[in-house]
Amino acid sequence: MSNIQHNGSDEAEFAKPLYTPIKRRSFFMYAGATAGATALLLSGCDDDDDNNPVGMVDVGSGDPGVLNYAYALEQLEAAFYTTLRTGTYYTGLAAGSAEKSALDDLYYHEVIHRELFKTALGSGAIKGLEVDFSNIDFNARTSASGSSKLGVLDAAKAFEDLGVAAYNGAGKYITSADYLTLAGKIVSVEARHAALIRDLISNGTFVGSDVIDGNALERSKEPSEVVATANAFLKDGSKLNVSNIK
Amino acid sequence: MDILKLISDISKVDPEVYDRLDSRRRVFKSLGGVGKTVAAAAVPGFLSSMFSKAYGQTGALPQGIADILNFALKLEYLEYYFYKKGVATSGLIPAGPGLTALTQIRDDEQKHIAALRGVLGSQAIAELPESAFDFTGSKGGTRAPLFADVYSNYQTLLAVAQSLEDTGVRAYKGGAAGLMANDTILTAALNIHSVEARHASHLRTMRRGGPTVAGAGTGASPKSWISGTDGGGAAPAATAAIYGAGNPAASFPAESNVTQGGVNLQTALASFNFPAAAFSEAFDEPLDSATVTAIALNFVVGNTL
Repeated sequence: MSNIQHNGSDEAEFAKPLYTPIKRRSFFMYAGATAGATALLLSGCDDDDDNNPVGMVDVGSGDPGVLNYAYALEQLEAAFYTTLRTGTYYTGLAAGSAEKSALDDLYYHEVIHRELFKTALGSGAIKGLEVDFSNIDFNARTSASGSSKLGVLDAAKAFEDLGVAAYNGAGKYITSADYLTLAGKIVSVEARHAALIRDLISNGTFVGSDVIDGNALERSKEPSEVVATANAFLKDGSKLNVSNIK
Repeated sequence: MDILKLISDISKVDPEVYDRLDSRRRVFKSLGGVGKTVAAAAVPGFLSSMFSKAYGQTGALPQGIADILNFALKLEYLEYYFYKKGVATSGLIPAGPGLTALTQIRDDEQKHIAALRGVLGSQAIAELPESAFDFTGSKGGTRAPLFADVYSNYQTLLAVAQSLEDTGVRAYKGGAAGLMANDTILTAALNIHSVEARHASHLRTMRRGGPTVAGAGTGASPKSWISGTDGGGAAPAATAAIYGAGNPAASFPAESNVTQGGVNLQTALASFNFPAAAFSEAFDEPLDSATVTAIALNFVVGNTL
């Protein structure tokens, strides 16, 4: 921080480009040269434009990019609730029990969300993603003591909280009011899911400082933050590149 | 604390950030000065004031945005005073999870008031007093109450709480599109919207007896999400409008709506053999401000909110 300074001798030089608008990237190149804090800036700068690492799924840009991003997350959630139906935790639940009916509803809802995006995107949709749930124990309700794997409800909580933060953080990238409203229709249902899953794990934890800040606002997440988590549940070749959402 | 990343992020949502921070030159001169004389830990405070200047004093919010935020603010007052009185009423809320949750929700609503007032600055409406509201629904004794025992019957309290939260979720959703011109404010509103939905979910869970009880989807046994029109909600004679269509209905359909993005999902996805209710449950619906106002006026003394 203290390196971001300049002395009076380069004042004129420093001021010069400021008479005209500066594009963001050149601004940072400029700031980097001035600040002499190259490492800090490199870590902070945006990814280069239009890079798509080999083997990653580029969700694209603009509103279709955001919709594909949402489609990807809904694919992940739907796959999770579909897979858990084969695990012994779910199959052992009594018919009509609170947890079974909740997990059934979440399965229905997330598959419906996935199918809506698939339909809306048509030929512009990304491919069906291959998931990697090797870190989830579908036979356990919550993570067993000493186990490195997530239990079913732990994973559900992670996916639902992530979904809420993702939709909230992506809203600003949407340019169509209709799509924004559609995202809003979904995100509040995801928040309802998240609250119940959290209450199932520990009643009364429907909101917590891990998901809301000191102003009682949900902690939204940028697409780049979201995929850092989501990609851990996707196989190589299905991991997401969201660098063109901006 | 990565200031340049922060500014870069803001520039994505507000291309004019550099102009707002103008003079850029002075800002970076200031940063230099701060770095020299103030510990790094103090920098966030400096940044906060920098952005507060950039966004708070560079001119008024557009009227449309201010109107939406002030409307949200009124609803937050409605909610806050409702919980404030409930939590303060001796013997009403059982100690334990119920009291903890309602206190948490009260505090969240109070923070939402502060957050909205902070964004609005001098454009915020005057503080609303507690006396502006009557949660029995008698409008200050001028008509028969809708919820006479709201502060003596815990279940009635929860019923009204659910009604207010479900209304709030629809109201924020209805207002979001009007905030698109300002990404910072839009994001803040979305971040309140989802918290209201978490509240609504928990209140619904409480009403049916807690998370270990399965919801039937109507009346006193709601699911944590809205199923169809929820049988008209917690007290259908007074709450059906909360789950019904707004105006125009094409833009603000009832919660039972199953058509999204022009596609009737119940028809298009019939091959999945899902229960019919799932297609409406998977989506919450927005509501227009006039319809929300009409609902809220049930708890307001007088005829304006």
